[in-house]
Amino acid sequence: MIRFWRDRKVRDVLWQVLATVGLIVVVVFFVRNASDNMVKAGIASGFQFLWRDSGIEVPFNITGYKPSDIILALLWTGIVNTLLVSAAAVVVATVVGFTVGLMRLSNNWLLSTLAAVYIEFVRNIPLLFFVLFWYFGVLAALPTPKESYDFLGVAFLNRRGLSIPLPNEVTGFQLALLAIAVLIVVQLGLARWAKARQARTGRDFPTWMVGFVLCGLLPIAALAVAGAATSWDVPTLRGFNYRGGFVLVPEFVALFMALSTYTAGFIAEVVRGGIQSVRQGQIDAARALGLTPGRVVRLVVIPQAMPVIIPPITSQYLNLIKNSSLGAAIAYPEIVAVFMGSALVATGQAIEIIAITLGIYLTIGLAVSAFMNWYNARHRLVTR
Amino acid sequence: MKAARPPLPGWLATLRQRLFATPVDIAVSFLCVYVVWRISLPLVDWLLVEANWRGTSREDCTSAGACWVFIRARFAQFMYGQYPVPERWRVDLLGALAVCAAAALSWRRLPRRREAAIAALAVLPPLGIWLLYGGLGLSIVETRAWGGLMLTLFLAVYAGLIAIPLGILLALGRRSRLPMIRFASIVFIEFWRGVPIITVIFLASLLLPLIMPTGFNVDRLARAVIGLAFVIAAYMAEAVRGGLQALPDGQVEAAQALGLGYWRITRLIVLPQALRIALPAMTNEFIALFKNTTLVLIVSIFDLLGIAQAALADPAWVGMNMEAYVFAGAIYWLACFGLSQWSRLQEKRLQAAYGR
Amino acid sequence: MKTVCRIAALAAFFTASAASAQQLAPSPTLDAIKARGHIECGVHLGLPGFSFANDKGEWTGLDVDYCKSLAAAVLGDATKVKFTPTSVQQRWAVLQSGQVDLLSRNTTITFSRNATLGVNFQGINFYEGQTFVVRTKAKVAAVKDLADATICVAAGSTEEKTAADWFRERNLKVTIINFQKNDDAISAYDQGRCDAYTAGIGALAGQRIKFKDPNEHQILTEIISNDPQGPVTRWGDERWQLVVRWVLNGTIAAEALGVTSKNVEEMKAKSASSEVRRLLGAEGKFGQMMGLSDDWMFNAIKQVGNYGESYERTVGMGSALKLKRGANELWTKGGLLYSPPFQ
Repeated sequence: MIRFWRDRKVRDVLWQVLATVGLIVVVVFFVRNASDNMVKAGIASGFQFLWRDSGIEVPFNITGYKPSDIILALLWTGIVNTLLVSAAAVVVATVVGFTVGLMRLSNNWLLSTLAAVYIEFVRNIPLLFFVLFWYFGVLAALPTPKESYDFLGVAFLNRRGLSIPLPNEVTGFQLALLAIAVLIVVQLGLARWAKARQARTGRDFPTWMVGFVLCGLLPIAALAVAGAATSWDVPTLRGFNYRGGFVLVPEFVALFMALSTYTAGFIAEVVRGGIQSVRQGQIDAARALGLTPGRVVRLVVIPQAMPVIIPPITSQYLNLIKNSSLGAAIAYPEIVAVFMGSALVATGQAIEIIAITLGIYLTIGLAVSAFMNWYNARHRLVTR
Repeated sequence: MKAARPPLPGWLATLRQRLFATPVDIAVSFLCVYVVWRISLPLVDWLLVEANWRGTSREDCTSAGACWVFIRARFAQFMYGQYPVPERWRVDLLGALAVCAAAALSWRRLPRRREAAIAALAVLPPLGIWLLYGGLGLSIVETRAWGGLMLTLFLAVYAGLIAIPLGILLALGRRSRLPMIRFASIVFIEFWRGVPIITVIFLASLLLPLIMPTGFNVDRLARAVIGLAFVIAAYMAEAVRGGLQALPDGQVEAAQALGLGYWRITRLIVLPQALRIALPAMTNEFIALFKNTTLVLIVSIFDLLGIAQAALADPAWVGMNMEAYVFAGAIYWLACFGLSQWSRLQEKRLQAAYGR
Repeated sequence: MKTVCRIAALAAFFTASAASAQQLAPSPTLDAIKARGHIECGVHLGLPGFSFANDKGEWTGLDVDYCKSLAAAVLGDATKVKFTPTSVQQRWAVLQSGQVDLLSRNTTITFSRNATLGVNFQGINFYEGQTFVVRTKAKVAAVKDLADATICVAAGSTEEKTAADWFRERNLKVTIINFQKNDDAISAYDQGRCDAYTAGIGALAGQRIKFKDPNEHQILTEIISNDPQGPVTRWGDERWQLVVRWVLNGTIAAEALGVTSKNVEEMKAKSASSEVRRLLGAEGKFGQMMGLSDDWMFNAIKQVGNYGESYERTVGMGSALKLKRGANELWTKGGLLYSPPFQ
């Protein structure tokens, strides 16, 4: 009997069976309680509510959602809005974060102190403060609709947001976008070819200049042609507000500003750590080869720092996406606000709605992690 | 190659090297000075120079700056929420006890420091709940009367007390050789790390009463603590895992060769070293927890930020938004900054100890 | 002698318990209330006049008063009630999960809520009507002038839906911004994010004092909906629902019958009206039929007052809100309030 207990394999199996049974018992206990309680309370259950009419207004959407649509469409609008603000904030947070991180390492004492003050200020205050500050701060700083800032008579900035014109006809733009996509592919191919040639012959090719023309100037020209070919829905002041065109609401701007400035503080620290992990000898060697300081950073420091930077930066991106749920505090219509807020109150089906919401965040998180892992793996191969 | 210049005095040389090394540097330095000047001047003006310090009501705030009279009038509420005034000594006493214990334990030459730490950890948390909540001779103060900074600290400390042991267990579970336990730990960790805290607090407040047997009521505040603790446990687990991974395999192998069992190896060899390595990361997670306690205000629990907002709704003090937010924000900043500096100190000590 | 006493006591006990078993349906909520010694009442986060906590945590308001009456009727003491502030989002879950015994928080009675949320509405303690608050200088005279306006509203409230429907039916375009809390919606309106904030006329009267400068704002007199509001209970436990319903009726009946907190003792002793005597427990043993003591309404009126007294003190002329009775007057005086007879 004692031998039996001492046997590691038997013990392993026993432990696992015990853990499994324990987990199942706990889960069954909770689920049974929940179903008992729900039946007793007369709460409706099931997912049919997703096909009910929503009747909820969403002032900011790019999905074409109307209050007469079903709740599923409302959920989709919420998801798109979450992704929209997150994507915009990720880009800006990365740029600002890298800049501040490099500033922090600057030889200039004032510059690096300023960066340090920024980082320590941002990192040690709850995000909710920044969200509220930007929202009410932005609102207070902007004029009323009647006194809007006027940009060439087509775009207007006021407390109700930034109104910009929208094209009535979109085929021209679709063509232009297609052309841009083709140009980007051409540019990528060109960069590959130039790199291969440089490795082979040592001859430099002005990739950046060509890229600037290809991906910068030509698309602008294409868009300008497309814009001239169609009529525009220009916002006009009617009664209280500008109507027509597209309105970038202050909620979006405030949440975007709060998320990007806050996350930038964290990314800056990640970048600093990553760059400091590159050995000084590498930099000295690059300088000795006569590379300019900019090239040292671009060709030697960043490529080696990237593998160190990417994993923590990924979790910062994930945090940013999750933090976008704070938009609910300022009426930005993202998932939590429209679905866990408005739709929950309209239907009262808390369990289903919370489960769907959590599922969506987990899916987004998994997708981002998978992408960043792929990117990191690829990056490592290239640098070796 | 350059002609030798007369040597500059030390501090001037440093100044030139750190601020005016190149023309670009000079431009950058002046730009920085300009930015600081433009931001700090109106800020100092509003915060201090033009601010109102004395008085009792809104009418006493006559100059253009901040109205700190509001904070003075509401100070007790910011600290204690609606905690009954005659019972507030209990909160003060608990705070004093906690500070004394922390101070004594951080003194490195305290005799029997380890035993004292364990005793403090065993005694203080239950004592704290007794002092705050009451019963056994003290009058009961229900959690709905708690609020302000006291509630924020309570949430962070008690959620942390649950999260740290749970996080350690999860980290060990994630590295267990038993697939079932490893799988369960991974699912738990990744689930709680993958969802926003705002939804977790909502989940805890709505779902906990529903999945409990009828008549078994979990206190509102306890629900928020549990929700926060689960999320932070998942993050703590990752921090601890970092510590575990940093430990050389030889340590465990040597212990196994000595014939020690799993739990004794873990308790005597692995955890003491891994936790020391993971301490800075764990502190950072605790800072995150502290900041995230603000989110409980969505389930109408009035923490420091919540009580600040509630005070703003008072018709007698309309329009004090900036003052309230600046005051509450400053408290959060001081606490988090202090903690992060402490964490850095630990990191330095660690690096010195490991000679890295 | 002792034995006789014992037998008599035993007999009395059995007949009493048999009688109560016959008459009274089991009520877990009432049992729980009596066991814990207080009522758990879910109220609004903070709406002056209806449910508002001052800086000492003392609650006042019309909805709060109703819960106090209920505590006086059930437990004999109006102070034995505890208030849980609930947001618009939380309220149903808080009630459904049993964290509160009832909601008394400016909640509009609607069909779909009654049909799908597992809740019952137990009468009307306030006839609310939805309207808008706008800046005086915007020169808005009627609701239709708000075409193309931006309107702030609390998400998930009936106001959100009513306003959206009202403008849609008239082919007027407005932008509606949903905030999670009333207070957020109000401060966003105050900051100029919206041209109007919409809520019930009673709620607005209380919320108006939260504006930086109340004189810059005007509440429209036009009303776009009827929002009857009253206490809400969950499904099941009919005896508890009965108590909630009839305490509300009792406070209204008391006003109609002229019973006030000042004359209630005199009325109980001397009134010739049978309905007054039944209401106050002088005859009829009405309290016992629900498992309460017979002086249930006597306690409620003595300690809190009748509906009219409560109204004047919290939202009426005796308060900062200065709301006229309007629809919330007795039907005999041109209002809509009445109680079914205490017979």
